Amino acid sequence: MNSARLQPLTYWLLLLIGVAAPMLFPDYTNQIAVLWLMIVFALTWDILGGQMGYNSLGNIFFFGAGMYVSAVTQIGLYYDVGMYTSAARTTHIAFSYSQYFTGFALGTVTGGLVSAVLAIGVGSFVFGLRGPYFAIGTLGIAVAAAELVSSWEWVGAASGISLPVFPGGPETQKLFFYFLLFALSFILLLFLRWLYSTNFGLAINAIRDDEEKAEGMGLHTRGYKRTALVIAAFFLGLSGAIFGNMTGFIEPRDIAFPTTTFNIFMVLMVLLGGKGTLWGPVVGAVVFHVIKEVTWTYFLGWQYVTLGLLIVIIVVYFQQGIVGWVMEKYPERFGIQIAPKEPEEIPRTAGLATQPGGAE
Amino acid sequence: MQQIIGNITVLEAAPILNLGLLIDGLLIGAIFALAAYGLALVWGVMNVKNLAQGDFIMTGGYITWFLGNHGLHPLLGLPVACVVLWCIGWLLYRVVVSKVITRDLFTSLLATFGIAIVIQQGLNLAFGPDTQSAQADLPTWELAGGMITIPATRAIGFVFAALLAVAVIVFMKRSRMGQAIRATAQDARAARVLGIDTEKVYSFTFCLNAAICGAAGALVAVVWNVQPFMGTTYSIRLFVVVTAAGFGNLPGVIAAGFGMGVFEQFGGFILGAQYQQALIVMLLLIVLAVRQLQNLHLRQAVQ
Repeated sequence: MNSARLQPLTYWLLLLIGVAAPMLFPDYTNQIAVLWLMIVFALTWDILGGQMGYNSLGNIFFFGAGMYVSAVTQIGLYYDVGMYTSAARTTHIAFSYSQYFTGFALGTVTGGLVSAVLAIGVGSFVFGLRGPYFAIGTLGIAVAAAELVSSWEWVGAASGISLPVFPGGPETQKLFFYFLLFALSFILLLFLRWLYSTNFGLAINAIRDDEEKAEGMGLHTRGYKRTALVIAAFFLGLSGAIFGNMTGFIEPRDIAFPTTTFNIFMVLMVLLGGKGTLWGPVVGAVVFHVIKEVTWTYFLGWQYVTLGLLIVIIVVYFQQGIVGWVMEKYPERFGIQIAPKEPEEIPRTAGLATQPGGAE
Repeated sequence: MQQIIGNITVLEAAPILNLGLLIDGLLIGAIFALAAYGLALVWGVMNVKNLAQGDFIMTGGYITWFLGNHGLHPLLGLPVACVVLWCIGWLLYRVVVSKVITRDLFTSLLATFGIAIVIQQGLNLAFGPDTQSAQADLPTWELAGGMITIPATRAIGFVFAALLAVAVIVFMKRSRMGQAIRATAQDARAARVLGIDTEKVYSFTFCLNAAICGAAGALVAVVWNVQPFMGTTYSIRLFVVVTAAGFGNLPGVIAAGFGMGVFEQFGGFILGAQYQQALIVMLLLIVLAVRQLQNLHLRQAVQ
């Protein structure tokens, strides 16, 4: 990757920012924690959407799955889940210090792992779908999950589950989850930096550029696609488990499987920052989060209209993204040598044969 | 679960209820078929999957309802809804859709999804989140001793939908513009070589689809109800219909539209209305899975 040429200094700087932020802006710790979550979202979406060319609209499924699995594990270790969810509305159930942390650690890991296992199943279904059908199919899975969980009494149905309360002051809690989310996004960034420099990175890029040809060259495309989804799902599952505990209350439609908010944010952040680059999603997530917080504050009531307009504007007029735009403007900074090229005529065809993926 | 089995037993015990549900499903399915035809038209001609289709329908419904509140009979509101939606369609085509036709399919999908969010939130801000329905003041017919009730509005809606569909189909077959649209759908480049202004064709197709949605929405407002966030459900429904039938297959789209209406009436009766959305999404996944199995033998993937 060209952006990998950015000095390691950038990573140290990011680490410094991450550690210093809650001390510099103690009032905004939660918002910045959500920002790290957004970076995890954008980075995981980009594995499939940007690097592999499979534009998913249902990645939120793994986030919600991780959240629910961790909740069930945490509670199930000490109580009967069905009893807990029906009793939680009337009585307060306390968890001891050790119970909480054992449950949390186990729950988070289980959440990530189960999401990864689910990804294998989901992958075998959705990777048969091409182009827009892939997007619609993944969206369908996320919506279906939200609907199913909302009618599943055992996990609290539509009224959700209250998770164990953090045994410690609110300040400790804030910092605890802040650093967890920060660590997750930072580790994910380093991991992806390594991953994209391996043969695996080249393979999924080849799938993006021409899947039939990649197959023809003997790449086991199905295995690569499944692995990519499993990686994304694992990190999304972890982030879901952590975020569920951070909010303390989970519910299917607006927190675990929010198809019209977090789910769309993922795509937007990557498009805004620059698809298929390592730093694009990070930049996009930061810019988007700032824009979002500002519009949510100043356009209250109109925020979703603004969101819709933002989608249209980004998608239609600014698809190369910030990093893509900078790379276009200053290619030599990224070590790209380009010959002056002739302006080429883009054929204006909307026929069916022009779809890059081939079969519809 | 008990309730579901109970409902099935009721259907078995009283066959006449099945007939009632079937008629209801067909009457509603006509509207689905009309709107699905519009979706298939844009899909086939421009290769744009319009995720805002359901929200166009809701807009048409709200226009009819709004005019109905100001003394205009809903069936007279229908042409107004068509005209207004035509204009909205033209505006959206100019500003957004014309820019994404040549891009990859995900772009147009996301762009229309953005439009869908703007429309539903705009409707929500303008008219509030309540369910509304336009009052037509027409009688309800009872057959078989009250076991089957057919509201006259549904019958009229059916007739209107059928007339509109026939008008559109005749237009596509006979008129100069209809021929141009079909030629562009077959091969846009060849059509351009032969002197067809494809830009105009695209714009016209998108406007025509919006107008069809306006009409469908007016009918929905009369026979059912409208609500700002119901558009998404309609979009998924229509997507299911068109995917199941294949977008080039007009009789198939119409048959699938009727099928969708009947399926939903039965599903709603057996499972209860709260599972409506889950039912439609499940149907979507099933249709996609079947399509995928059909495509499987076309590709030999490396294992």
